[in-house]
Amino acid sequence: MTSSTTEAVAARARPEELWVKCPGCGQIAFRKEVERNLNVCPKCGHHLRLTLEQRLAVTLDPGSWRELFADLAPGDPLGFADAKPYPKRLEEARRKTGRLDAVSVGLGRIEGRALALAVMDFGFMGGSMGTVVGEKLSRLFERAAQARLPVVIFSTSGGARMQEGTLSLMQMAKVSCAIARLRERRLPYLSVLCDPTTGGVAASFAMQGDLNLAEPGALIGFAGRRVIEQTTHERLPENFQRAEFMLAHGMLDAIVPRHLMRSTLARLLVLLAPGRRRALAPTVLAGG
Amino acid sequence: MAAGAKRSAQSTGDAWERVKLARDPARPQTLDYINGLCQGFFELHGDRCFRDDPAIVAGLGYFGRQPVALVGHQRGHSTAERLKRNFGRPHPEGYRKAARLFELAERFGLPVITFIDTQGAEPGVGAEERGQAEAIARCLVLMARLEVPVVSCVVGEGGSGGALALGVANAILMLENACYSVITPEGCAAILWRESTPENVARAAGMLGLCAPELLRLAVVDEIVPEPGGGAQADPEAAVRLLGVVLRRHLARLARLGPQKLRRARQRKFAAMGVPFLLPGAVANSGPSG
Ligand SMILES: [Zn+2]
Repeated sequence: MTSSTTEAVAARARPEELWVKCPGCGQIAFRKEVERNLNVCPKCGHHLRLTLEQRLAVTLDPGSWRELFADLAPGDPLGFADAKPYPKRLEEARRKTGRLDAVSVGLGRIEGRALALAVMDFGFMGGSMGTVVGEKLSRLFERAAQARLPVVIFSTSGGARMQEGTLSLMQMAKVSCAIARLRERRLPYLSVLCDPTTGGVAASFAMQGDLNLAEPGALIGFAGRRVIEQTTHERLPENFQRAEFMLAHGMLDAIVPRHLMRSTLARLLVLLAPGRRRALAPTVLAGG
Repeated sequence: MAAGAKRSAQSTGDAWERVKLARDPARPQTLDYINGLCQGFFELHGDRCFRDDPAIVAGLGYFGRQPVALVGHQRGHSTAERLKRNFGRPHPEGYRKAARLFELAERFGLPVITFIDTQGAEPGVGAEERGQAEAIARCLVLMARLEVPVVSCVVGEGGSGGALALGVANAILMLENACYSVITPEGCAAILWRESTPENVARAAGMLGLCAPELLRLAVVDEIVPEPGGGAQADPEAAVRLLGVVLRRHLARLARLGPQKLRRARQRKFAAMGVPFLLPGAVANSGPSG
């Protein structure tokens, strides 16, 4: 779409599409201004959720993205149907997002550095992990191991996908096996936990990074807040399961604001550059 | 997938009956299997970080003449024991104790036998503060790289990540009336219909495909272990013996594989999970090579 047609579309858009209400401070801001600020509220710094396309755009060097395995689609191993059959739900999610399942994987560059990247899509059935998410991530790690590339994953997911039953649960183990292989090859994997990352995804690859990073304010945890309140009848702290809470309890390496994410990832990938079980720098050897 | 839908409808009532059986406190539990099948069991405690979690039992012993490492969820039989063991719902320290055992087993070349029997990991403030997700994630990736034989036995109810944390094995055995699920039927019903009425829960149980025959069809488990007539709770000693027979066969088979082969076979096994159920035409180049 050219910029002139984009503006024409924007001009016809309803007012609620021109303006955005910040979930953090409740203030109304001009959508374009928020988007220019990487979808971070200019008033309070709240990090709004990104779509998968927005995430790719703010993360990778322009034009560097090469998607892999985009044609993988799930079957319906259980014939699962509640109010709607599972294939119908999939169809709706596909129409909404334009992709076949809840993750895109591929190769790209950050500040000129090649890497294997996966971005989850919360808009596709809550970013839930079934056989396709497991298979795509597993293949991505395998590809990275072969090509000797580091891996970065941006997670956002409610956990395992109920509609594929125990096979979904097994994907946690499947991706863990792929990560174990990457570790054997001494290639780095940086996990970035975005809002929200919970359940089976938090309890597997999202917490298995060599480094685990998070965006400010991201909800991160194993059990859902409601489940915990119902089982324990405890009053939960205000920032319970937020990234800041997880950092304070020792579960994260760092919280990285969105406008620093690209440069931070680039810097960390240099520090952990793959495969170099290198000689110490001369200054270190000289004690200087 | 009409066949799948039909099967689910047929098994609705049956699946929920099995879940109730799987939860029967009179069924043998981890300590019963260990005491019945192993000699000289020595229990090991603690995660070296915070405390000992009684919801997971761990230790060393002999299976026949072979020294082994043993880890399993323990729900408890009596009310007092169930309270003490938090109904078999581990905290992060339980999983960190398990991880410590896995590392110990690796270091000294001991085969690992695990027993899965939990509705799930504890949902609570303390569990979240101490990193329930990280503790489970650590067990998964650790089990994935062990260079010793690992056999997991689903003996009761296997519920979500809290069960799988002990389940990344070379061979996964499942008792006839056990179940293994991504979510409890109650949790599933609450999400789908807001209310966990008995009818909804039974319906959810039927939909989740959590019974042994279904999981054998999906290649999630390798073998179904028969239970004595009427179920394991009717004759616990016979149930323990029956599992022992199958366990012995799998350990003997795995003992012939070298360390790297064991690790690669386990990784390949999980890499294949779910692949046959991806849509036709989308399954090429699947799984790790080399
Ligand atoms: Zn704001």
